[in-house]
Amino acid sequence: MLDLFPIVVLLPLLGFLHNGLLKDKIPHRFAGAIGTLAVFIPFLITLGAFNEFNPIERTAPHLVPVFDWIVIGNFKSSFGYQIDQLSLYMTLIITGIGSLIHLYSMGYMKGNKGYNRFFAYLNLFIFCMLNLVLSDNLVLTFLGWEGVGLASYLLIGFDFDKASAAEAGMKAFILNRIGDVGFILGTGFLFWLGGSLQYLTLQTNLNGLGIFSEYANLIALFFFIAAMGKSAQIPLYVWLPDAMAGPTPVSALIHAATMVTAGVFLIVRLNFVFYLAPDTSFFIACIGASTALFAATIGLLQNDIKKILAYSTVSQLGFMFLAMGSMSYVAGLFHLMTHAFFKALLFLGAGSVIHALHHEQNIKHMGKLFGKIKVTSITFLLGTLAIAGFFPFSGFFSKDLILEKTYSYGAFGSVLWTVGVVAAFFTSFYMFRLVFVVFFGKDNTDSHHKIHESPWTMTFPLVILAIGAVFVGFLQTPHFFLHIDSLEQYFAPVLRSGLELATENGTLVKHMELTHDVEFTLAMFSLGVASVGLIIAYWVYQKKQSQVLEEHTGFRKILFHKYYIDELYDLFFVKPYVFVSKLIAYTIDTKILDRFFIGIGGSFGVIANGLRRLQSGFIGDYALYVVLGTFCILVYLLTRGV
Amino acid sequence: MNPVIGGIPVQYLLGLAGILFSIGVLGVLIRRNIVIIFMSVELILNSVNLVFVTFSKALSHINGETIVFFVMAIAAAEAAVGLALVIAIFRHKKSTNVDELQSMRW
Repeated sequence: MLDLFPIVVLLPLLGFLHNGLLKDKIPHRFAGAIGTLAVFIPFLITLGAFNEFNPIERTAPHLVPVFDWIVIGNFKSSFGYQIDQLSLYMTLIITGIGSLIHLYSMGYMKGNKGYNRFFAYLNLFIFCMLNLVLSDNLVLTFLGWEGVGLASYLLIGFDFDKASAAEAGMKAFILNRIGDVGFILGTGFLFWLGGSLQYLTLQTNLNGLGIFSEYANLIALFFFIAAMGKSAQIPLYVWLPDAMAGPTPVSALIHAATMVTAGVFLIVRLNFVFYLAPDTSFFIACIGASTALFAATIGLLQNDIKKILAYSTVSQLGFMFLAMGSMSYVAGLFHLMTHAFFKALLFLGAGSVIHALHHEQNIKHMGKLFGKIKVTSITFLLGTLAIAGFFPFSGFFSKDLILEKTYSYGAFGSVLWTVGVVAAFFTSFYMFRLVFVVFFGKDNTDSHHKIHESPWTMTFPLVILAIGAVFVGFLQTPHFFLHIDSLEQYFAPVLRSGLELATENGTLVKHMELTHDVEFTLAMFSLGVASVGLIIAYWVYQKKQSQVLEEHTGFRKILFHKYYIDELYDLFFVKPYVFVSKLIAYTIDTKILDRFFIGIGGSFGVIANGLRRLQSGFIGDYALYVVLGTFCILVYLLTRGV
Repeated sequence: MNPVIGGIPVQYLLGLAGILFSIGVLGVLIRRNIVIIFMSVELILNSVNLVFVTFSKALSHINGETIVFFVMAIAAAEAAVGLALVIAIFRHKKSTNVDELQSMRW
């Protein structure tokens, strides 16, 4: 299976080409099946490869070179794949959750005239994402990185005849490009210092390179800027909520399971840089914590069901970066996976609700849906319990691991922990607000429509994801409960070289060992916080049916308008940019440059018009010119003196 | 340099060549009949030939006379092609007046 591995990348590409080239010639059902299989078969192959690779015992990565791409002097860039614990983990998540989302899309997109185009884009997205995570060098990773950017642009702007969707696509694209500058700079620095772009060669080359630790913070910062863009951290997060303009399965795929986690993946892949960069790491932790809190507060008062989930994604990504920053990469990857399950579940559940209510997205026009759409409501509830961090759902374990690692991290650990806990409280509150308003509470649905459960293609993925969201947490549990540390063992080989390097350089951040009592207290505390969130949401939205939080006055108005961040960006970046662009376009360009160059062209026209008259067609005239010309030359030669 | 050739001073021969050349040029410029223009061109060539021969003789050097042979050969070729063209044009236009042959101007 390991030798078959390039097929994993190839199949989605073939699916994309097939559906993309034949999009008007094949029936929808067939295109959907091809698209889904192009992701599902790679999932099976990856599972096989996972068994064969035997990740717990094997430490060296398996390299699959495909072909050399660019070879200039000592610069070499190739298509080659690196199969190790990290890339297998990511590939399993991408193809596994990806194929469920494909299956779901077959039901959700039914009747859409862009059905085949949609599946082509989805496959393209998966292809790029797989290149990103499987690549053995930075260049191919960057290709995948840009590729998912492109695919997300296409998918977000899928309904391109709607202006809002097209704009959201552009916004995502541009904000990601800003981050990508960091990626390119970081890659350049690493090549300069390490003389290679292959991760493994870099690891060995940088080892014992004294000068490297001086630059590590800078390089780490560059790569973090790239991650900020892709993983929607402050201040580059604004594209993600807007990206909800795409169809719901897209939101689930891009904004939960794959693309936004690329930043987390990149940091772990480059852990040998980040381990050496304690200052940047602390910065990452601060950004992560503030993103988690900031986005969670915005999520409190939004009314669009998908927007709430989008802000919650931003917030959860903040948690992951909090883990990255406090150098507990395992905790971040753990949350990445549990989040992939419950957020995909929540998005698909929201899609199912939207589907049942005939494209109603405003939660004010929903209510009392529990029981009317049974599978959707139950799975959605499970997902909510998981994201809010209730025991023993998956979110509890992963979020708690992050908070625990944060607490034991350096001097400011407890501050960051507090921020994280507050964010967790808000998470619990806004998620249960959503649940009570949509599934319980007062029935505000439009009674003209009959509410119906979605087809099996949509509910089946929900059930599978719900099972995942409930149980994947048991891969890694704290001391007081079972004490499983399979993930920590699993990722040890990937992180080992980075750890050794950091120990050598003395930059290793030591996590304080927490006593079991402290650990238990912390867990109970966050559990208590989540319960308080649940109770307040129940009190306000179910028991009292209170509108007090929905009146948009004072601070609530600021919250409702998302701190006016979009408006601020508009004021400080977009407006000046447009102003300068217009100045250049209509003043400098048309009035000065254009006139100058058109003038040059025009003057030649005038000269030519004059000269044209010399061509009379009379032989005598031409003869005269010859004679005159000769005469002039003679006069010149004679006066100059031969 | 020998300023006299067969009793005739070199200046006279050059003067004659100059007069012939000018007549040729004037003929090309002011005559309208294409055949006459051709004859004028021959006149120009011959005046040049005369200059070459004169200097060749005066300087006792063979180069000038060699070039004269080339000029004559080329003049013959030019006359053959040129007259063929003139005949072709005449068949087409029924005229030898160059002022009527201006259909290829701008």
